Amino acid sequence: MLRRSVIGTSLAVVAALGLSACGGGGGDAAASKTVRVTLANHVWTDNIKKALPEFEKQTGLKVQVTQLGEDQLSDQYNVKLNAGTSEIDVMMYRPLQEGRLFAKNGYLADLTDKTKSNNEWDWADYQAGPVAATTDEGKVVGVPIITEQEVLYYRKDLLKKAGIDNPPATLDELKADAKKIKEQNPGVAGFVARTGKSPAVTQFSSFLYSFGGDWSDGSGKSTVSTPEATAAYKYYGSLIKDEGPANVSTDMSWPEAMAIFTQGQAAFYTEASSLYKNATDPAKSKVADTVAFAPFPAGPAGSKPYNIPSWALGVNAASSNQDNAWKFIEWATSKAQTLENQKAGVPSARKSVWADADAVSTYPKDLVEAMNAGEKGAVGYDRPRVTKVAEAREIVGQPIVDAITGKDVSASADTANAAFQKFLDDEKK
Amino acid sequence: MSVQMLSSGTPGWVRWANAHRKWLFASPAMIFVALLIIFPLGWTVYLSLTDAEGSVRAAKEFVGISNFIEVLTDTDRFWPATGRTFAFTAVVLIFEVVLGMATALLLWRPFRGEKWVRVAILLPLVATPVAVGMMWRLIFDPNIGLANTVIGWFGIPPQPWLAGQATALPTTMFIDIWQWTPMVVLILLAGLTSLSDEPQEAALIDGANAWQRFRHITLPLLMPTVIVAILLRGIDALKTFDILYATKGKGGGSFHEVETLNVYAYGLSFDYNDYGISSTVLIIFFLIIVGSMWALTARRKDAA
Repeated sequence: MLRRSVIGTSLAVVAALGLSACGGGGGDAAASKTVRVTLANHVWTDNIKKALPEFEKQTGLKVQVTQLGEDQLSDQYNVKLNAGTSEIDVMMYRPLQEGRLFAKNGYLADLTDKTKSNNEWDWADYQAGPVAATTDEGKVVGVPIITEQEVLYYRKDLLKKAGIDNPPATLDELKADAKKIKEQNPGVAGFVARTGKSPAVTQFSSFLYSFGGDWSDGSGKSTVSTPEATAAYKYYGSLIKDEGPANVSTDMSWPEAMAIFTQGQAAFYTEASSLYKNATDPAKSKVADTVAFAPFPAGPAGSKPYNIPSWALGVNAASSNQDNAWKFIEWATSKAQTLENQKAGVPSARKSVWADADAVSTYPKDLVEAMNAGEKGAVGYDRPRVTKVAEAREIVGQPIVDAITGKDVSASADTANAAFQKFLDDEKK
Repeated sequence: MSVQMLSSGTPGWVRWANAHRKWLFASPAMIFVALLIIFPLGWTVYLSLTDAEGSVRAAKEFVGISNFIEVLTDTDRFWPATGRTFAFTAVVLIFEVVLGMATALLLWRPFRGEKWVRVAILLPLVATPVAVGMMWRLIFDPNIGLANTVIGWFGIPPQPWLAGQATALPTTMFIDIWQWTPMVVLILLAGLTSLSDEPQEAALIDGANAWQRFRHITLPLLMPTVIVAILLRGIDALKTFDILYATKGKGGGSFHEVETLNVYAYGLSFDYNDYGISSTVLIIFFLIIVGSMWALTARRKDAA
């Protein structure tokens, strides 16, 4: 008797384990009342979460938010979308980082009809650059929510002390000013920026463009070892090596570089405009009252900062709840919500919002000026436009870290150029 | 109830079940474990023979062993990563076993406050490796970290630690040693406690000194336990991921300073979406671990 029940129990346990393993994959009824939304850690997300009850009241839908850091978000998408999950309805993604890959893999639902269906919501209100980045082979696959530009963050007090009246307008001036301030203030770096091979690529891009370089030309030829590109690598590397913090790490992304700046240990910092709150918020920054902003300094080819949509919302192609998912996107990207978010410090991709004087009233005045000035020469991408972006970034980022550590930049750029050419050829196949 | 007690009227399957009950009882667990191991392993082997990339559900072609040829001839990333994996494992194993043995011998005999000392020594073991990585990353920060402040008191110039190309790997080894020596202590202490006192006393009467007693009595008796400790720590050290990833990030740093096979395989699948090559690296890595384990267990049988 006892024996039989033991067998029975073990079989039941195995069956239960087996079933629960299968349980994850099954979707629920066609149009669930719950919209499952995966969002990245961002000021935008915080604002939307605060406004959620309003949406839930309006529509009677429930929103379930999963919020993750950038890297965890990528890993999560990799695992879940690879397995064809229907558990995600709305996904916040980076059009320039994962957009092409996701579209190619068929992860993103075609939103073309939906974006055209509502005139009040107004797809035509979106800026052309961001729209191009969320459109794949003629199909709209995402709605851009956040845009950013590279600007120069600097410390008013240190410039004043050094007798510098205006922030540097050219890259040559930037180098000279950084040098002067570093010599004057022991323990303070003249300049800081991202140094990690992959994270630095996006912030280096404005330097590259301003020197007259680019990642590749229109015909799929790698151009990372042209004289212009090599000069840009050399400049960026020596700026950090000579005027940067002592013993500088080659692993810094924005949190590390921003920490050095906001701890008062650097005079100049080039970074995305959308992160400005980290420097101006007294709770996060020791230099909140002395930080100021200026347009990206001009290089030999002028001032050419990137101006890109950093985040967009898309709908999971495998979701069985696409109509409700769209309702959420429509609400979260409506003119009213976009205005609210922009007022809270998140630059949007809507033309009408930028035209609204109210929208930028809370921004530091010099930041708005810097962004407007940057608009003219702006480039619509901040990394190579390819499918396997992560791999490409590591290839074109190698000369950056080689330059920072004082290696032979020309040789490194040549190596990177050959590797990037091979990469581009492979992708074309 | 035994076989003899079954009457002749019992159905055949009951007889069969009764005769094979040890297999029958164990089978659910065995089948479950087998599926859990065989399915992922089989899938990985399959992927390693294809050119899967982008998405594992995308169309892929069977490419035979060309992935293996590509990986085994890759002197840029694969072989350096393999070298680092072994260097890391060898160095941390030597330090952890020697330090672990020394600490275990110190803690072997009862003393006052023994409990507190043991708790303090075991603390690193219970901390989460990622948290440990983040903590040491702050301590070893070249500009604002505690480590450079402390060595500054002794007039030593600031070191780059995790930020230096040559110093990053040794620094991560230090962190691993800090965290995992307590585990070796724990295992060896358990072994020491189970040793009988008589051989020691006999040696003492014969006039053996402390070193002789350790070298010729304690160590040989403890050898099976030492091998267990080496085995467990060795396999774990080969597979180290969290500490390396938390301190240096993707690709083991901008120059792949701490990129081991595990970190490399992770990057291949999660950053490059190159599932074919990634699976190939994992299969080779798996064979390496199985091989090392086999070598060590063979050694253990000799020792026992």
